[in-house]
Amino acid sequence: MAAGDASTFRRGLALLRATGPVGIASAVVIAAATLTAVFGPLLAPDDPDLPNLSLSWAGPVGGHLLGYDFQGRDVLSRLLAGAQSSMLGPLAVVVLSVAAGTLLAVTAAWRRGISDTAISSGLNILFAFPGILLAIFAAAIFGAGLPAAAIALSIAYLPYVARVLRGAALKERGQPYVAALEVQGASATAICLRHVVPNIWPLIVAQATILFGYAMVDLAAISFLGLGVQPPTANWGVMIAENQDGLLLGHPLPAVAAGLCIVTVVIAVNLLGERLSAQAQAARG
Amino acid sequence: MSDPAPADSLASAGAASALPLLEAAGLTVLLEVNGARRAVLRDVSLTLRPGEAVGLVGESGSGKSMTARAMGRLLPAGAEVRGSIRFGSTDVGELSGADLRRYRTRVAMIFQDPRAHVNPVRRIGDFMTEALRTNHEVSRGEARRRAADMLAQVGIEDGARRLQQYPYQMSGGMLQRVMIAAALLTGPSLLLADEPTTALDVTTQAEVMAILDGLRRQSGLAMLFITHDLELAAAICDRTAVMYAGQIVEVRASSLLHSDPLHPYTAALAAARPDIVRSARRLRAIPGRPLSAFEAPVAECAFAPRCTYAGDVCRAAWPGLVELGGGMSRCARVHELRGQLQAASDG
Repeated sequence: MAAGDASTFRRGLALLRATGPVGIASAVVIAAATLTAVFGPLLAPDDPDLPNLSLSWAGPVGGHLLGYDFQGRDVLSRLLAGAQSSMLGPLAVVVLSVAAGTLLAVTAAWRRGISDTAISSGLNILFAFPGILLAIFAAAIFGAGLPAAAIALSIAYLPYVARVLRGAALKERGQPYVAALEVQGASATAICLRHVVPNIWPLIVAQATILFGYAMVDLAAISFLGLGVQPPTANWGVMIAENQDGLLLGHPLPAVAAGLCIVTVVIAVNLLGERLSAQAQAARG
Repeated sequence: MSDPAPADSLASAGAASALPLLEAAGLTVLLEVNGARRAVLRDVSLTLRPGEAVGLVGESGSGKSMTARAMGRLLPAGAEVRGSIRFGSTDVGELSGADLRRYRTRVAMIFQDPRAHVNPVRRIGDFMTEALRTNHEVSRGEARRRAADMLAQVGIEDGARRLQQYPYQMSGGMLQRVMIAAALLTGPSLLLADEPTTALDVTTQAEVMAILDGLRRQSGLAMLFITHDLELAAAICDRTAVMYAGQIVEVRASSLLHSDPLHPYTAALAAARPDIVRSARRLRAIPGRPLSAFEAPVAECAFAPRCTYAGDVCRAAWPGLVELGGGMSRCARVHELRGQLQAASDG
């Protein structure tokens, strides 16, 4: 798969069209969120980090559609600026866990026997540790922050990715064409990289999309607990945490707006992931 | 056209035609089935000389494919192998890693179902040139040129266009010709052909066989040709080995297989086949059913339960392969039966 290739792009478009209107709508939401993550700080009408206590909990007024938060910072600006860390964290988790998961899954499926048993048992042990628990460990060891939280979640998600992909890779490994390639003298690495991984690629993409949603919610929860992104950096999870008093004080908008951003992106990602996954299943037969 | 890799211990194997190219000796393979070790091959000994075509004939489950897979080191994980397979001076069973890959570039294999043995989502051109480019360091353009040339040799004229196609765009016969072309492209010295025409219709089968046989002779390639068609094997192979229940029961020059068979099973197999010249009211089926290697009796002749000639001597001990009249037979009564077997299959 040559990335950036025109035909790859066309195939991607065709795949997206096949996911139907819901899939396309989800893709639009994700694209909008991604653009916001890239350009958000530039789009923010106000300085997202500049407090003005005289405006704390002030409601929407002209030019400030979502009002002000507990420190009197413009909520809209903080949402736009916070998209970056809110999207980047899950992206890092997905890339790390899917890359490592694919490696483990293909290795286990290819070598079978003892390697497979060792990898599968290791993954089963990892299943016992919830992501949040690992994140608390990581924060205790490396200090609270987005990198520690992202690495902890990547490890926590590893068994989910690897288990699904191992099954697919195992099925692919048993295909007669793989034996034909072996007897042609192709190396294991070449067969895995050129044939097995590309052939389970749709499943890898589907897994990655679904995981992104989970990672976003979990990272928001970790930030809410104060172990992820550190205030005053703008982040949707942090915004829910710092404005939670507003829910009781009758100023729900700042926390709810941040929550809605998370929910919208997560739903869009899950819907798209689900539909891509269904496509991949259908294609595999 | 395609020069094999520079001479090394593997490439030079079989340079002197007196030496066998590939030699299986006492090959026994056991597989774990439902927790029990079961023999699927029993004492298989077979020699292929450079440039020679040897047929391997037998009913389904007789171990033909398993023999070829053992030679290509494609046995399932956990298989226990006894005996040896030598390729020139190399012990195939000992190979691993880069040495195993180098051996496999000297041995090509084609299969019964071409469609299953090609990655369905890759183009024909990618499939054909992959081995050349990765194992022989041939450039992309040169590899494609050679692939198109080779397609022409198997009777596919518009090679350049075909290289752009996907496997699903081709018929079974054409795809099998592509497989043959791909197998010959890297200049191997041995071809393991596992029922390459069984899945094709009869006219395509004849065409593919003619192409395979012609190219094989032209490039001096040795071939192990697996089929359950005794006539086909006899027609294109110098020698034919007949397998039954995981054992080789007869090895014979193909020309003598009909007129002077050395094992009752061979004679019965020949008699069971319809003849276009003579009309038969009823074909002579072999009584009983074919046995898998693990079901066959261990301490007596495996064919004895179905053999019309079986006597006490056949059940007393497991017969060994005996040399006789330039061939080999695993029949305890072969000396007394020789000559009668032909008469029986004629009658």
